Amino acid sequence: MISETVKRGPFSHINWKLWRSVILALLILAAILFFNARNPAETRAVLRSTLRYAVPLILGALCGIFCERAGIVNIGIEGQMLLSAFTSYMTNAWTGNLMFSLFVGMVTGSIVGLFLAFLSIKLKLNQVIGGTVINILAAGITGYFYQVGTTTKGKFASIPLGPLADIPIIGPLLFNNPPITYIAIVLVIVSQIVLFNTRWGLRTRAVGEHPRAADTLGVDVFKIRYLNVLIGGVMAGLAGAFLTLEGVGLFERGMTNGRGFIALAVMIFGKWNPISSAMAALFFGFANAMQTQLQFMGIQIAHQFVGMIPYLLTIIVVSGFVGRSRAPAAEGIPYEKE
Amino acid sequence: MDTLDLTNDKTTEATKMTGKETLILEARNIYKTFPGTIANADVSLELHRGEVLALLGENGAGKSTLMNVIYGLYTQDSGEIFLNGEPYSINNPHDAIAAGIGMVHQHFMLVPVFTVLENVMLGAETCRGPFLNKKAAEAKLRQLEKSFGLEVDPHAIIEELPVGLQQRVEILKALYRDVEILIMDEPTAVLTPQETEELFKIMRRLTERGVSIVFITHKLKEVLEIADRIIIMRRGHVVGSATPAETDEHGLASMMVGREVILEVDKLPAEPGDTVLEVKQLNVHDANQLHSVKDCSLSVRAGEVLGVAGVQGNGQSELVEAITGLRRYNSGEIWIDGKRMPQEKPRVLVENGMAHIPEDRQKHGLILQYPLTSNFVLCNYYREPYSRHGVLNAEAILKNADALIERFDVRTPSAETSAGDLSGGNQQKVIVGRELSRDVSLVIANQPTRGLDVGSIEYIHQTLIDMRDAGVGVLLVSSELDEIMSVSDRIAVMYRGEIVDVLDARDANREHIGLLMAGHA
Repeated sequence: MISETVKRGPFSHINWKLWRSVILALLILAAILFFNARNPAETRAVLRSTLRYAVPLILGALCGIFCERAGIVNIGIEGQMLLSAFTSYMTNAWTGNLMFSLFVGMVTGSIVGLFLAFLSIKLKLNQVIGGTVINILAAGITGYFYQVGTTTKGKFASIPLGPLADIPIIGPLLFNNPPITYIAIVLVIVSQIVLFNTRWGLRTRAVGEHPRAADTLGVDVFKIRYLNVLIGGVMAGLAGAFLTLEGVGLFERGMTNGRGFIALAVMIFGKWNPISSAMAALFFGFANAMQTQLQFMGIQIAHQFVGMIPYLLTIIVVSGFVGRSRAPAAEGIPYEKE
Repeated sequence: MDTLDLTNDKTTEATKMTGKETLILEARNIYKTFPGTIANADVSLELHRGEVLALLGENGAGKSTLMNVIYGLYTQDSGEIFLNGEPYSINNPHDAIAAGIGMVHQHFMLVPVFTVLENVMLGAETCRGPFLNKKAAEAKLRQLEKSFGLEVDPHAIIEELPVGLQQRVEILKALYRDVEILIMDEPTAVLTPQETEELFKIMRRLTERGVSIVFITHKLKEVLEIADRIIIMRRGHVVGSATPAETDEHGLASMMVGREVILEVDKLPAEPGDTVLEVKQLNVHDANQLHSVKDCSLSVRAGEVLGVAGVQGNGQSELVEAITGLRRYNSGEIWIDGKRMPQEKPRVLVENGMAHIPEDRQKHGLILQYPLTSNFVLCNYYREPYSRHGVLNAEAILKNADALIERFDVRTPSAETSAGDLSGGNQQKVIVGRELSRDVSLVIANQPTRGLDVGSIEYIHQTLIDMRDAGVGVLLVSSELDEIMSVSDRIAVMYRGEIVDVLDARDANREHIGLLMAGHA
């Protein structure tokens, strides 16, 4: 046979994907069973901690997915999260209204998103620089305005979902959570459907891959990009609000602590796909939970090394160790009409 | 200026004769200028239902500009467009699509990672609420495929399809939007002869169904074969119109170029000297360990042109890449001027007197973002006088560029212009200038005239012959049989990675080579 210009066979591609998911699932299952046999209470703690660590990563990754699928590189997720965490925390401190604080967090994320969109779509600024500007700005603004000693009247409490919450293991894990966790889980599924089964998703992906093609078919490239970055901003806002309204309940300077960047690794690991990214986020969350658990179990490794695990994983993933991920082709390139 | 110029009355007469009187699209007195150039000046055209109107002209004649105006990608400075007799203003592609105008762009507008179905749907999605209704869309697509005989698997990924099928998807995209007018911008530029034939069949089927086609091209044979009417453009003006019955290639070519054109290459018999290139038992495997090139042996002597004929995708690209050091070969030897060449060392090859005019000039021939000055010294920037002690000498580089621009007649605003801003023909001249101005003994030219206009093709052919006459060995690879026949002294035919025969060009005939190319040895 004479080789065509096709460079990779369709099967090798799918098999890899399949194998990785299978191995991943088995690893997690094995760990759960191992711990469950040892100590159910500990297992529950590990699983809960996995989810809690994963939620902001999931939301951050969703932000990245919406932006990058539309062709905008967003490395400002960290800054978006930090600013939203700050505004929602301050709103909570002033008003004590958690839902309103959550709303403020989302609005903050989307405003920062709009700023990034404006920089990269209208001004055609290098998008990596645009994102960096946001990160620096967020660190500066929150650091300057945050007053140590601000107190709030609490954080979101868990809402058990009736009988669902009584199912063993997964009941308390999935159906007895505070609201942002529920929102994140729902958003993963909704995003997956939006991206792959709706008109909006088809156009979004087209704009991220080949904007000129979309343009010649009458698709408004700029509008699609703006709105997707805006949607992403809402996700990042939720991630930030999660930290202060649901996770920690407090604000600290630089409290996102690289989560925005880990979210990007999660997005790449999940191949720009919401459900896969959620799985990847859970994997990171699990690594983190294990790290804590290992310390409790008195294993004699300096905790600094154990604490490195999530960040090491990030480096491995981003350096392309885990299979080749292909980013949307038009990512990072400002679109110019002829 | 020539006898083929028809007045308006005669045009209508001509169309009445073909029985297609329904005027569907009319452009009147279109002007469009870009900074520094007048792309369209007082251009008018009429398109009738169910006809193929060929828009013939060299690169830069303003054909694509006119069509982009009609498709709404550009807005004209003045002039009017009428659709079914009504004035119609088209401000963006959306309006054009709504008006039943579709366009197959020269560079396909397909999302490579999408399926055929997704590409066809995009922008005109079949939906249930906000959700895609892929089933209904697929049914509609399959229906179209069946009724027009354009079979493509709706679930195939675009980037895994050959170019010919990708083009079908472009046509299907237009049909999916119920086009009445289909603009095809240089649709045959990327096709093999077989695919071109197939395309023409499809075009005839479309016109039978009442679709009107505007066919933009600069290939004369094709125009005569497929068009009902021909409009010739030169430098932004319509310079004439004709029907295939009234004219021939020479008439069209001279109208298009504005002077007499020699279509046949004029050359003296070859005087071959020593062997400059010797390829022995070359084998190249592809990623799946299949043979791309199989036991290939050939030799090129000084002062002769060896043409390699074959349908695209029969191993020619791999052969050339192996010879030019761009691809690792699995076994075999390559000798230049009696010296064995190492694997994958393009610079060694270049220093041993090899010039390479690559198949894809934009990807492998030039650095589009670089100015011409830099592009001209890509092979020897590290040598004196262009570089001294590792520091580039801008003055020498500029002087070199100016000299080559003059000598190879590159039409460019300046030597500092980016290569990407030149037309295809001029880009090719830059490559030819860079490669052939060096002291070379061997020229490897792969599809050197693909996508070029008549004037440029003539120029490239003559340059290759001149090199031959100066005692250089030329290896010419082309899927255009006419090109191979007119330029080569000997012809090697490739089929499925093997050289099936080597013929003397003087006794070769088209039919025989055509059969060899199709594997009927």
